[in-house]
Amino acid sequence: MKSWWFTEDCYPHLPDESTYRSIRVDLPNALCEPEVAHDLYNRYLDLWCACDEIGLGIMLNEHHQTATCMVPAAPIMLGILARQTSKSRLLILGNPLPNRNQPVRVAEEMALVDVISKGRVECGFVRSVPYEAAAANILPYKGSERMWEAHDLIMKAWTTHDGPFNFEGKYYHHRQVNIWPRPYQQPHPPVWITMGSAGSAVPVAQHKHVGAVFLAGYPRIRSVFDGYRQSYLDAHGEHAPLDRLAYLGLCYIGENEREAEEGARKLLWYMEANKVPPEWSNPPGYHPPAVSAQVMKGVTGSGVPTNPTLENQMARGNVFAGTPDQVFEQIKAFWEYSGGFGHLLMMGQAGFLSDEDALKSMKLYKSEVEPRLIELAKNADPAELWEKSKAMPVKDGVDLGNFGVEFVR
Amino acid sequence: MKLQGKEIDVVRKGSGQPLLLLHGGGGPIAAMPFADKLAEKFEIIAPTHPGFGGSKIPDHFNRVDDLVFLYLDLLDELDLNDVILMGFSMGGWTAVELATMNSTRLSKMILVDPVGVKVGGREDRDIADVFALPGEKLVELMFHDVSLAPKPADMPDDQLQLMAANRIALGVYTWDPYMHNPKLPHRLHRIKMPTHFIWGESDGIVTVDYGQKYCKLIDGATMTVIENAGHSPQVEQPEAFVDAVFKCAG
Repeated sequence: MKSWWFTEDCYPHLPDESTYRSIRVDLPNALCEPEVAHDLYNRYLDLWCACDEIGLGIMLNEHHQTATCMVPAAPIMLGILARQTSKSRLLILGNPLPNRNQPVRVAEEMALVDVISKGRVECGFVRSVPYEAAAANILPYKGSERMWEAHDLIMKAWTTHDGPFNFEGKYYHHRQVNIWPRPYQQPHPPVWITMGSAGSAVPVAQHKHVGAVFLAGYPRIRSVFDGYRQSYLDAHGEHAPLDRLAYLGLCYIGENEREAEEGARKLLWYMEANKVPPEWSNPPGYHPPAVSAQVMKGVTGSGVPTNPTLENQMARGNVFAGTPDQVFEQIKAFWEYSGGFGHLLMMGQAGFLSDEDALKSMKLYKSEVEPRLIELAKNADPAELWEKSKAMPVKDGVDLGNFGVEFVR
Repeated sequence: MKLQGKEIDVVRKGSGQPLLLLHGGGGPIAAMPFADKLAEKFEIIAPTHPGFGGSKIPDHFNRVDDLVFLYLDLLDELDLNDVILMGFSMGGWTAVELATMNSTRLSKMILVDPVGVKVGGREDRDIADVFALPGEKLVELMFHDVSLAPKPADMPDDQLQLMAANRIALGVYTWDPYMHNPKLPHRLHRIKMPTHFIWGESDGIVTVDYGQKYCKLIDGATMTVIENAGHSPQVEQPEAFVDAVFKCAG
């Protein structure tokens, strides 16, 4: 089991949420004080550097025009960390391919950081969330198709070493592709792709890439993971190793329950603050008509509850919080129910959670939870785990509604 | 009917001079009362743009000129001549593009609150960004009388899904460059037939001012402004709308 620590680099110093309609896309940047942002960026970078000391993998991502995540260019953050760390692997999850008009540039950026970091890049590709459509000015219609075409171009750019090749696809055209440098890792850095459904898991499994699922919780995790495992088995005639699957949840560990609860409640800012109206969460072509219609009707909004309770989110498997013993038991239960995975992605900082508290949780995880998870997964047989998971009754009472739909991409 | 190997929904009704009716982003409109009225004088031929009204978007379709070539084929297939070409909103844009390419089968063009050109500077929002507006704001810009607007909360699911699919199709054809073709103004000199604009006075999606500037780009084009109507004068003031059509094409 590998563990990855993640923060979205939020800017939490906002006025009361009743004063703005959306935290994304059109929130005026007058609210972003450069001095404050400077301090925040350096704090977040320090926390990632602490991962290098403590021994956790580093995970980062990007979003645009939003106070929930101040990183509009994750490759730049990745480049900084390539120099400021020396041991941790660097997971970028991910590059929003459909919204990048030049996949070759993405291939170059990732190769560059891979070389500087001496082969520590783990490269994620994502379709991206709906709120990114306006910010990127890209129609999200057939976004998955665009993502996979960009993926193919990047893979070929990484693995072609005998001079330029030609690529004239449906979405991307590039006639003289010959990147310098080539990646440090050969043939290429490990590739991760986010999955939101059994269907979207199919090509990920066929490519043997790591399939990552964000916040699907008990209600959806098995359908997505099962989709991956079945496709993997069909395509390759063997069971998917555990290290092909990853799950992201919010995670806070305290020395006692009170401390843990306090920290976890602070992390929940990530969900509470995500105020997004339908015009940004429902761009044409992101959702199929049936889902889009529900958003228009007002049945579902951004997909994230703005009034989540810690109890619910823990019951749903989206938040792991408690003492080291409790968190181990929570993750173990979810891991077994899901049929197993080899990567735990932890959102360990959000909102107003202090560095001191974030660090305390990271260290407790490292010393008291991770060793037990490693032990748990060490000799686990994927086929056996899958069978056991199938035999477990559906965990009810944890209906998510639409929650998480957009976060799995 | 079959065009380019695809099944295209085409409503035909009435008799008289052929009138090719190209709907806007809201979807098919040939079943509305104004169309029945027009059918008393004209033979209406109203195709549904692929992607609208529950139809499929062909894999390679992503621009208005895909529709233009489809309808050029339709004119040939039905061997229509002396056609009145009428387009609403994005259908108006489609009509104008078609007219610049081949107008041999056309005799007249009527454009209803059309989009298709940019008349202002690069930082002017000539055409409201319909994909970025809150529902209630969009309704205000679309309608003079907002009580006529569809209310998603009260609509049955199948109808709402059609509306959602129409919105996706609109996005596919008009997303970028948004609702216009930068080259179109340079091609408008090719339009020699009588062209008439009809505009809802309260249209907030594309204003009367935009319409007047657009109108000036086409030689000899004229314009009727309909009071107490927004982006769809045929819906809000069907009688005044039909009168305006009969006046210029009667």
